[in-house]
Amino acid sequence: MKTKQPIDAFARDLPPEIRESVYVGSKAKYDKRLDSLTQSFAAPDDIRKLAGQIKQHTLENLPEYLGSAIEKLEGNGAKVHYAKTGDDANQIILDIMRSVNATKLIKSKSMVSEEIHLNKFLEKNGCESIESDLGEFIVQLDDDMPSHIVTPIVHKNRKQIANTFEKAGLGDYNDDPQTITRRARSFLRNKYIEAEVGLTGGNFVSAETGRIALVTNEGNARFCISANKTHIALIGIEKVVPRDKDLAVLLNLLARSATGQQLTVYTQFINGPKSEAQPDGPENMHVIFLDNERSNILGSEFKEILRCIRCGACLNVCPIYRQSSGHAYRAVYPGPVGAVLSPLLAGKRYPEYADLPKASSLCGACNEVCPVDIPLPELLLRHRNKAKREGIKKASAGTPSMAGWSVLCSTPAMWKTSLRAGKAMDYISLNLIPVPAVQAWAKERSLPPFRGGKFRKWFKDRQKNK
Amino acid sequence: MNKSEFFKPIEDAVNLIPDSKRTPLPDWDLETIRTTQMPSDTDRDALWDAFKTRFDLVHGKCTEGRADLLSLLKEESVTAGYVAPELKADLKPWLQQSGIEIHTSLDDSQIDTYEFGITRAAGVIAETGTIILKDQSTSSRLGALSPWIHIAVLPDDAPIYPTLFDAMNDLGNDPYIVFATGPSKTADVEGILIEGVHGPGIQICSRMKSRH
Repeated sequence: MKTKQPIDAFARDLPPEIRESVYVGSKAKYDKRLDSLTQSFAAPDDIRKLAGQIKQHTLENLPEYLGSAIEKLEGNGAKVHYAKTGDDANQIILDIMRSVNATKLIKSKSMVSEEIHLNKFLEKNGCESIESDLGEFIVQLDDDMPSHIVTPIVHKNRKQIANTFEKAGLGDYNDDPQTITRRARSFLRNKYIEAEVGLTGGNFVSAETGRIALVTNEGNARFCISANKTHIALIGIEKVVPRDKDLAVLLNLLARSATGQQLTVYTQFINGPKSEAQPDGPENMHVIFLDNERSNILGSEFKEILRCIRCGACLNVCPIYRQSSGHAYRAVYPGPVGAVLSPLLAGKRYPEYADLPKASSLCGACNEVCPVDIPLPELLLRHRNKAKREGIKKASAGTPSMAGWSVLCSTPAMWKTSLRAGKAMDYISLNLIPVPAVQAWAKERSLPPFRGGKFRKWFKDRQKNK
Repeated sequence: MNKSEFFKPIEDAVNLIPDSKRTPLPDWDLETIRTTQMPSDTDRDALWDAFKTRFDLVHGKCTEGRADLLSLLKEESVTAGYVAPELKADLKPWLQQSGIEIHTSLDDSQIDTYEFGITRAAGVIAETGTIILKDQSTSSRLGALSPWIHIAVLPDDAPIYPTLFDAMNDLGNDPYIVFATGPSKTADVEGILIEGVHGPGIQICSRMKSRH
C-alpha cells in the first residue's frame, strides 16, 4: 500500500511480531491502570484534574517555584547548574566528571538524558556511560532506541534479548527472562561499584524543600547513589511542584497510570549529599536544570504539555501507537505526548516532525487517561493549525485537498446535483478512485448503501402538506 | 550559563500569561485523595495488620519477633550477612549461635558475600505496604540494598503511618529517604514479572521489641 505519511509507512512495514508485542504490552498496562485507579479511588477523574491544576499552576509561576527549589538545594549542599541546551548539559556533565577525575558513569533511566544523547557524547569523550535499567541496558547493548517511555524494550522479545546477551558476552544463549535478569544483575553490580559518578533523572522536585523525588522498580537508581561519591541529577525545569504534600497526589497517580501499581517499588527523596554518619553515597551532589526549548514551550500555545509526568498512559491507550510502535515517531518521546512534544523540542527543526501531530484519530482517549489532564487532542489540533499556517509541506503529506469540498459545500446547486449523483456510488467500486487514502480505506471496508437526499425529500413533502 | 540568564526566558514566558488566566494553587487535603486502601482503625496493632495485608500484596514478607525471623532466614539457608551496628547488641549473639556469620561493617568490594542485610526502618506506611528507610537510621545504604534478602527492623518507637499522605507530611530533614514497597522488580522482558533485579529479591519487614 502506498502512503505519503512516514508514520503510516512505518506501521505498514512493521514486522507482525513487533506489532503483537506492542499491542499486548500496551493493552495489559492500560487494563492494569484502569483497575488500579477504579479500585482505589471513588472519583479518579477528580484527582487527575487536581494533579493537572497543581502542575499548571506551578508552570505559570515557574520562576518563583524553581527559584525556591534551587535555594533549598543549595542550602542543603548541592551544587546547581543551568543548561540552556542539551549540548550545554552534556558539557556540564563532562566537566563535573573531569573535576573528580572520573571516567566511568553509571546512570538510571532518564528520558532527559535520552533527549540530549548523553551516552554517545560521553563515549566520544573517552568516558564510559552505562545504562542500569534493564530495558535501557538492553537498548544500549543493541545500539537501539527505547520505544516506550516506561517499558523501553516493549518492541523486543526474549529471543532477541537472549541473542543480544550472547553477543555481548553475558553467557551462552538463554532466553529465560529470569536468567536474563540475573545475568544483568551480576554484570551491573560490578559496574555500580566501579563507576565514580552516578547519574539520575528526577520525577519531581519540591519547591518547598528542594526534595527530588525519583522512582524506579528495579532499584538501579538506589545503586546509582549508594556506591559512588558523586551524584548528578539531570532534570527538566518543568518537574517542579509547589509542596511536599503535592507529591502525594502525583505519586498516587504516577505508578497507577504507568504500570497499575499502587506505588512504584522504590520512591527516593533526595535533597542533598549523604549525611555525615552515612558510609555510602555521594559526598558531592550536582543538580543540572535543563531548559532545552522548555521556556519556549512555556511561552507558547502548547504550554500544557509541560505538565507531563512521563507515565506512558497515553501511549498505551493510543490506537495509532498500538499499531505503529514507538519507533514510528522517530524521536525520544513516542505516542500522543511525543507527537506534541517532539516537534517542539526540535526547535528550528520543527518542520521535520510536523507530520507527527497528524498521527492521531483525535479519539480523545489520551486526554481521558492522562494523570495531569493534558488536553492532548486539542494540542495536536493546534500543531496542525500551526503547520498549516506556516505552510509546512510535511504536515499535509498525503492529505487530500479540501478545496473541491469547500466549493461543493458553499454552492447549493452543486450540492444538490452531487446528492443526486451520489446514488451512483452504490455501483462504482471505490478502488477505481485514484486516491491512495481512499484505496487504503476501501481495502478493509465498504460503503453502506447511499441514502442521501432523503431528508430534502421529506422536508419538501412536509412543507407541501402543511 | 548564569542563573539570571537562565531564568530570563522563563520569566518572559510566564509574563505573557494574563493574571485572569492563571490557575490558582488548588487547596486539597487527605479527603481529596482518599483511597479504599486507607486504614480506618489507627490503633498501632490495627495499623500493623493493615500494613501486613498491603505488604503481602506487593510480595513483601512480615515477621514478628526473633524466632519468626530466624526461621525465615533458615528457610533461605543463609550463612553470612550484614547487621547494622546499632542492632548488633540485639541480634548478633543469637544469629551467631544459629551458625550464621555476622558482619557489622560492609566492604563494598565484597558485596556478594552478604546474603542478607538487616537495617532499621524509620517507619512503615499501612495504606501502601511501604517500608521507609532514612539515611540517618539506615547504617549503610548498600547494606539495605545489595544483599538478596533485606530485613528492615521496625522498632516499637518507629511510626506506622496510616497513609502515604501522612508519611509525606513527616519526611523531616533527611537528605535521603527511600520508600520501599516490596522487592525489586522488573517486567521489561515480555511483561513477565521478575523479582530481584538490582535490589533485594526478598524484602522482609520484622517488627521487634527493643531490648533497651
